[in-house]
Amino acid sequence: MLKQCEGSHAVAEAVALSRPEVICAYPISPQTHIVEGLGEMVKAGDIKNCEYINVESEFAAMSVAIGSSAAGARTYTATASQGLLFMVEAVYNASGLGLPIVMTVANRAIGAPINIWNDHSDSMSQRDCGWIQIFAETNQEAADLHIQAFKLAEELSLPVMVCMDGFILTHAYERVDIPTQEQVDKFLPPYSPRQVLDPAAPVSIGAMVGPEAFSEVRYLAHAKQMQALELIPKIASEFQEIFGRDSGGLVRPYMLEDAETVVIALGSVLGTIKDTIDEMRADGISIGVLGINSFRPFPVSAIRRALSHAKRIVVLEKSLAVGIGGIVATDVRMALDGLDKRIYTVVAGLGGRNITRSSLHRVFRMAMHDQLEALHFLDLEWSIVNKELDRERTTRRSGPIAENILRDLGQTKSNVG
Amino acid sequence: MGHQDVKFYQTGTFTVGNRLLPPEQRSVQSEIERTNSLNCGHRACQGCGEALGARYAIDAAMRATNNQLVAVNATGCLEVFSTPYPETSWQIPWIHSLFGNAAAVATGVAAAAKVRARKAGQQLPEVRVIAQGGDGGTTDIGFGCLSGMFERNDDVLYICYDNQAYMNTGVQRSSATPPAARTATTMPVGEHPGNDWGQGKNVPLIAMAHGIPYVATASVSDLRDLEYKVKKAMSMRGARYIHIFVPCPLGWGSASHDTIKLARLAKETGLFPVFEAEYGEVTNVSKIRQKQPVEAYLRLQRRFAHLFGKKPQVELIARFQAMADQNIHKFGLLGNDKAVVGFPDSEHK
Repeated sequence: MLKQCEGSHAVAEAVALSRPEVICAYPISPQTHIVEGLGEMVKAGDIKNCEYINVESEFAAMSVAIGSSAAGARTYTATASQGLLFMVEAVYNASGLGLPIVMTVANRAIGAPINIWNDHSDSMSQRDCGWIQIFAETNQEAADLHIQAFKLAEELSLPVMVCMDGFILTHAYERVDIPTQEQVDKFLPPYSPRQVLDPAAPVSIGAMVGPEAFSEVRYLAHAKQMQALELIPKIASEFQEIFGRDSGGLVRPYMLEDAETVVIALGSVLGTIKDTIDEMRADGISIGVLGINSFRPFPVSAIRRALSHAKRIVVLEKSLAVGIGGIVATDVRMALDGLDKRIYTVVAGLGGRNITRSSLHRVFRMAMHDQLEALHFLDLEWSIVNKELDRERTTRRSGPIAENILRDLGQTKSNVG
Repeated sequence: MGHQDVKFYQTGTFTVGNRLLPPEQRSVQSEIERTNSLNCGHRACQGCGEALGARYAIDAAMRATNNQLVAVNATGCLEVFSTPYPETSWQIPWIHSLFGNAAAVATGVAAAAKVRARKAGQQLPEVRVIAQGGDGGTTDIGFGCLSGMFERNDDVLYICYDNQAYMNTGVQRSSATPPAARTATTMPVGEHPGNDWGQGKNVPLIAMAHGIPYVATASVSDLRDLEYKVKKAMSMRGARYIHIFVPCPLGWGSASHDTIKLARLAKETGLFPVFEAEYGEVTNVSKIRQKQPVEAYLRLQRRFAHLFGKKPQVELIARFQAMADQNIHKFGLLGNDKAVVGFPDSEHK
């Protein structure tokens, strides 16, 4: 059914349709509306046979999820930013134990300085945690991916993180086709666990493993993610059969076949990039974009295949590996190992900074003429940066950086005014 | 099987011979149906109080739940010595997740059991949950999750095996370590040797302050009382907490054969009050039968050896005695005295 609704609401409905049995909730912006919506549905009796638990921290949220999933219940939670970091020990534990928990990460920056707006620093910090990480481009896809995520998680017995841009998607109202219960039931069978805490057949879960078998256990985690590379497209095509929509998959090409310059990105910014590319194509420029839907597992072969004709690649990412540059870009380089292509990293949209079409036009054109530096920070205000660097050179007690910059910005603004 | 209707106490122990009791009063140790949930072959030290406490607690819980039990274990000695890959001593469904989250994982298990029961059309879940951990996993790193589980009144019995320090990592101080005790991080050197005075947490009292249905302390010196409390706890629903005193020969520097003796002395001195509380109020205390001076308890442990050197630390020993006497007063451990601690809750009157 078509609905004009908030992204969080669409996700809450998709999760509800997936018949979750345990939901643990702890508030952190911008994921709060999702668990609020689910809480209301459980309390009103709209989700049958489901326990909704208000926990005392994100660490507890993931820990409760570990317990309920190990005891055989379909389990869901959501978090973002600092919340994801607070639960990290349990995040690794859930994947190490092979528990098919589904979690939304409403992508948000990580402090300090504290910042509630969107970028991908939070989930990127967990790229090696053993969870499958899939990114949504639109609210429709966010809703669809949650339904697919339960199936993917449970088939592999691995947890899945569905990443959607905080505020940009979670708080945006747009048209979403909410599936029917019949469709979802046809697509998603009841959870049949590979391992379960059952007094009728006792098992020990989470035993200590030493050097004699630890490598094998870790390799199996990798092997499962490799299986996901085949399962993700398969599930997407099963989804399309029932729901009639193309959602998910590993990568998403746009205007790619003949493109000399290819942009790579994840999440909602793909919309702005596609608009920019449409405009550039109209000017006769050979450019396309490849959206990465599955970040973990990283679809090395699919990317290598998709970029075979490209001359240069611009990886535009909302994350920064401090001390080296791009996170996604590093993985893309790995996928293109041995191929003669220029790869540019553009770090953009940190802490919610707008990524505008005019900025994208500028940076893509610079790349086309090979005038872009290998690592570029989109729309960086150099005067602010240089002022602070200068202050640190000249003053020992230069003070807190964020506060200095805010003061400088205030001065700039008042000068303008 | 017949029995002799006589009372026979072993000299100095007050323990009645189990075989002389009527069958219905015997501890499960002697029963053929004993589940042996924590099986032999594990790697606990000789004289480990925790292994003994866990074995009795879990077997009692199994009996009380008709074997429908899941155990969640915090990281620590009990977890490590019972499950080195590829072996496990657990004969029940058992999960270890992390050091600081046993209470929350148990909440999850209980929630799943609730959903399953509802789907089967049952009022209450048949499968019950115990979370267990040492004092470090309970009073320190797991305390946030523990308090959350208490506050939500989740249907979990949490058992803390208190051996008063981080034994698994090599005897470091926890918030359950007594003052003056030598640990690897509170060495008996300098002007104030051993653990500092005036610190530490009383988690049974904190549990009571949450107003949960049941809080009890127990000791491996009275296994029958321990079994009774576990059984009672499993007859109730909601959040329950049992804090079991378990001496550690390795960490305390005591003889393996003195584990029970030390546990008994801790109770008989008043240093470890053994009691029950419901909804914040003390409902029962195990009275001291023959009050012992704290010195009798402290002297048996090398972690307190610096109190008894060539120049005994008379003042510090007196401080321990004052602590014990305060407990005796607070919990009414002697004669007909009544407990004066508690958090009365009018809702449950």
